[in-house]
Amino acid sequence: MRIRRAPGRGGARAAASGLLACGLLVGGASAGCGSGASGPPVVDLYNAPQEHLARIVGRCNGLAGGAYRIRLNTLPRGADDQREQLVRRLAAGDTGLDVLGLDVTWTAELAEAGWIRRWTGADAAQVRQGTLAAPLDTATWHGGLYAAPYNTNVQLLWYRSDLIPSPPRTWSGLMAESARLAREGRPAYGEVTGAQYEGLVVWFNSLVASAGGSILTPDGEHVALGAPALTALTVMRAFARSEAADPSLSNTQEDDARLAVEAGRGAYEINWPFVYASMLANRPGMAARFRWAPYPGVNGVGRSPLGGANFAVSRYSRHPRAAFRAALCLRDPESQRVAAVEDGLPPTTEAVYDAPGMAKAYPMRRAIKDALRTAAPRPKTPTYQNVSTVTAVTLSPPRSIDPPRTSRTLRSLIGDALESRGVLP
Amino acid sequence: MTGRATGGRAAGRGARDERRLGWWLCAPAGLVMLLVTGWPVLYSVLLSLQRYDLRFPDRKAWIGLANYGTVLTDAFWWNAVAVTAVVTVVSVAIELVLGMAIALVMYRTLVARGLVRAAVLIPYGIVTVAAAYGWKYAWTPGTGWLAGFLPAGSAPLTERWPALGIIIVAEVWKTTPFMSLLLMAGLALVPEDTLKAAAMDGASAWQRFRLVVLPLMAPTIFAALLFRTLDAVRIFDDIYVLTNGAQSTSSVSIIAYHNLVSGLNLGIGSTMSVLVFLGVAVVPVVFVKVLGASAPGQDRGR
Repeated sequence: MRIRRAPGRGGARAAASGLLACGLLVGGASAGCGSGASGPPVVDLYNAPQEHLARIVGRCNGLAGGAYRIRLNTLPRGADDQREQLVRRLAAGDTGLDVLGLDVTWTAELAEAGWIRRWTGADAAQVRQGTLAAPLDTATWHGGLYAAPYNTNVQLLWYRSDLIPSPPRTWSGLMAESARLAREGRPAYGEVTGAQYEGLVVWFNSLVASAGGSILTPDGEHVALGAPALTALTVMRAFARSEAADPSLSNTQEDDARLAVEAGRGAYEINWPFVYASMLANRPGMAARFRWAPYPGVNGVGRSPLGGANFAVSRYSRHPRAAFRAALCLRDPESQRVAAVEDGLPPTTEAVYDAPGMAKAYPMRRAIKDALRTAAPRPKTPTYQNVSTVTAVTLSPPRSIDPPRTSRTLRSLIGDALESRGVLP
Repeated sequence: MTGRATGGRAAGRGARDERRLGWWLCAPAGLVMLLVTGWPVLYSVLLSLQRYDLRFPDRKAWIGLANYGTVLTDAFWWNAVAVTAVVTVVSVAIELVLGMAIALVMYRTLVARGLVRAAVLIPYGIVTVAAAYGWKYAWTPGTGWLAGFLPAGSAPLTERWPALGIIIVAEVWKTTPFMSLLLMAGLALVPEDTLKAAAMDGASAWQRFRLVVLPLMAPTIFAALLFRTLDAVRIFDDIYVLTNGAQSTSSVSIIAYHNLVSGLNLGIGSTMSVLVFLGVAVVPVVFVKVLGASAPGQDRGR
């Protein structure tokens, strides 16, 4: 428990007695304590590690003018670990959380459980103002707004123009390019996230969407799959058995894909835009020939996966007013600009794409905005965690996919997961 | 105690009073024990009879044994049972052989006995999670000293059987010292005279070990095996750190944790916890049935 500096004489004594009362009443729940009599209410922000977030927090604290003070708490690096800490504390009614940085796939789960507050009135209007439609949709559940979009993300096709002169628009086009490169004895692998984790689900989801379908019905209550899923499974199997497949495909995550291309093993990769800055830093020689193109599809350009993060306010927050205001500041255009330019997180507010510094940090910003128009969100359901886990297990390894059989397995396991009847592996 | 309460009537009453006082004195501790161990167990059983997913607080309902039906017909669960069984049997078997060898070395060492014993015990003194991270990084391509010995591009922790092998190695490395410590205590029970007599009768070293040392040590071996098996059945931390159950390497404890904490499904997760509890309770019964003759206290009548 930290003692806050109190203004004026006698402040320290007031803080100390407040601290004592607090310790007695809530048994050591540190956050919020001591914020009563002296000093502004403390808003505890829990967010994934982000290098320059402290700068954004500092700016907001300055703007708050004593209305609140944001305290930055950093969650673990892994998304599963972040979610685990948040849901465990929310399930216990922990009052130490105020503003939560959420992955776009958690909105439904936390809203359905009643752990995050609905945004209403002027706050909601301010969030909707100028925000891109796709990220805004990830923050809504059953028509209500439950979070404020902070950053967004899309995957693109990243390729070496010395190996692939004109980028194909489809997966079959990519496989044909790989076959040609393999015949010519040049680097031929296409790096995709084929390991048994969320990245594999993202790949499948985008393929199903590109084939015109979805994993779940729009209301999120039933399994859809069907013919588009069969198409998607056929493409995944073909890709995993083609010359395009790196032997370590079934272990490849985002970073492995990036490294394989930087090392010269891969001719192209399907990945998030962070690979561009990395290429500039690690392989400046190759960077000049490192280009981007839209996400590949089945018959023409595909629908890219949609990533990103949103801010929500905990139901158990003791300063909800201050928390909503703090969240609004943390995702206002200037905050998003800092996050975009300094930390490489694409903004959710459309106007920020034209802000100073963006052209240099985001030469691919047009491609990102285009992809956002058609990006495929992941299924919206409170049981997304279960759906994703069983999907990844069923699809791994991709070369063993047997479209009709895998589709049947998916239908039964996802159906159970939706009912929270099934067992997680 | 009952045997002593057969004196005169007055003495009998005195003994009874004393016994009652004894119960009263034990009562507070007994009550605390019941609260801290009995209640969580009972609570788990109650949860296992409900449909209770934290994400759907409104759909909470009593559903009898349906959760048990779900778990016991699930392929993931039986895979976890198989993984747990394989890890338990293989690791305990290796530990017994290795532990016995180390115990003999420690017991017979003439020079630097303290140093040898301390060196052997070091792995047991390292926190399991810290050791597991050590193994994890050692086998991670690019950062690990062990991964360097493998052909380029291999990542053993991302494939099922290599990962299980590493989990077993980590278990064995960590707990063999415990096994050898218990077995060394058993070696101390073998009278030196018996061994000398056997040697006089012309028994070879192997015969002395097999026909004299092992039978006399049987109760200790039994206890050591039982302890380690109970431990191994509950294996959690090594798997949690090394693979977290990926590539079908979940043990029963890991799968219960995933359903309880990640899945927020208190019903299914508690059902698994109860099943693990029952499984752990079955182990000693099986041991007594199979190895009954050598169980401590069983051979008094012979």
